[in-house]
Amino acid sequence: MVKTVTSFGRSGLSDWLIQRVSGVVIAAYFFFIVGWLVTHESLDYSTWQTLHHMTCMKIFNTVTLLSVVAHAWIGIWAVLTDYITVRLLGPKATALRLVFEISVIGVLVIYALWGLAIVWGV
Amino acid sequence: MTDKRPVNLDIGTIKLPITAYVSILHRASGVALIGAIAILLGLLSYSLKSAEDFAAVQACLSSVPMKLLMWAVLAAFIYHLLAGIKHLVMDMGIGETLEGGKTGAVLVLVFTVIGVALAGVWVW
Ligand code: HEM
Repeated sequence: MVKTVTSFGRSGLSDWLIQRVSGVVIAAYFFFIVGWLVTHESLDYSTWQTLHHMTCMKIFNTVTLLSVVAHAWIGIWAVLTDYITVRLLGPKATALRLVFEISVIGVLVIYALWGLAIVWGV
Repeated sequence: MTDKRPVNLDIGTIKLPITAYVSILHRASGVALIGAIAILLGLLSYSLKSAEDFAAVQACLSSVPMKLLMWAVLAAFIYHLLAGIKHLVMDMGIGETLEGGKTGAVLVLVFTVIGVALAGVWVW
C-alpha cells in the first residue's frame, strides 16, 4: 500500500476513498444548485440570500467546500507526483515538487478560509 | 547510457486509444477546475454582500465574455463529472474489460456533448 507523508490521508487507500466520497458530495451539490437556479428564474437578492442564510444550506456549503479542497489536494498530488519526478526532470525534481505542493496548499487554504468566511458571513 | 538497442517508450510517437484521451481530459479538466473555484468563490462572495453587489454580479454574468467563461467552466465540470462517474462505475467492477473501457469512454464523450449543449442553452 502506498504510504507517503505528502498524500492527504497518508495512505493510498484512504486517499482513493476520500476522492470518491468528495466527488459524490460535489456532484450532489452541483445537481442541487443547478436545479435550484433553473427553478428560480429571474432570481432576486433576497431569495438568494434567504437560501444561503439557512443553517442547513450553510452546512451543505461547508461540507462541499471542504470536499472540494480535499478532492483538489488529492487530485493535484497525483498529478504532481506523476510529472514532477526525478525520472522525468532529474535530481532537482523532488525539491521542485515540494515547491509546487506548498504553493497549491497555500491556494487551497485560502479557498477554505475565504469560502468559510463567505458561507458563515451570510 | 551505452545501450544502443532501439526503445520506443516515447509516448508522443505512439497512437493513443480513445480511453487515453478520455483519461487525460479528466486530468486536465480537474486541474482547470481548481482555478475555476477562485472565480466561483468571487462570484458567490459578491452575490451575497448586498442587493447592489448582487445586481452587479448579475450584470457581469450577462456580458458575453463572462457567459463564455461560465460555459467553459460548466463544460469542464460536466466532463469531469461524467468521467468521474465512469470511474465510480468501473470501481464497482462494471466495464473493466478492454471493450467495456472503450464503450465507457464513448459514453462519457456522448453525454458530455449533450450536457455541454444544454449548459450552453442555459447560459444563453
Ligand atoms: C470543483 C470540483 C472538482 C475539482 C477541482 C476536481 C479536481 C480533480 C483533480 C485535479 C483530479 C486528479 C486527476 C488525475 O489524477 O488524473 C481529480 C480526480 C478525480 N475526480 Fe475530480 N474534481 C472535481 C469534481 C469532481 C466530481 C463532481 C466528481 C464526481 C464523481 C469527481 C470525480 C473524480 C474522480 C473519481 C477522480 C479520481 C480519478 C482517478 O482515480 O484517477 N471530481 N479531480
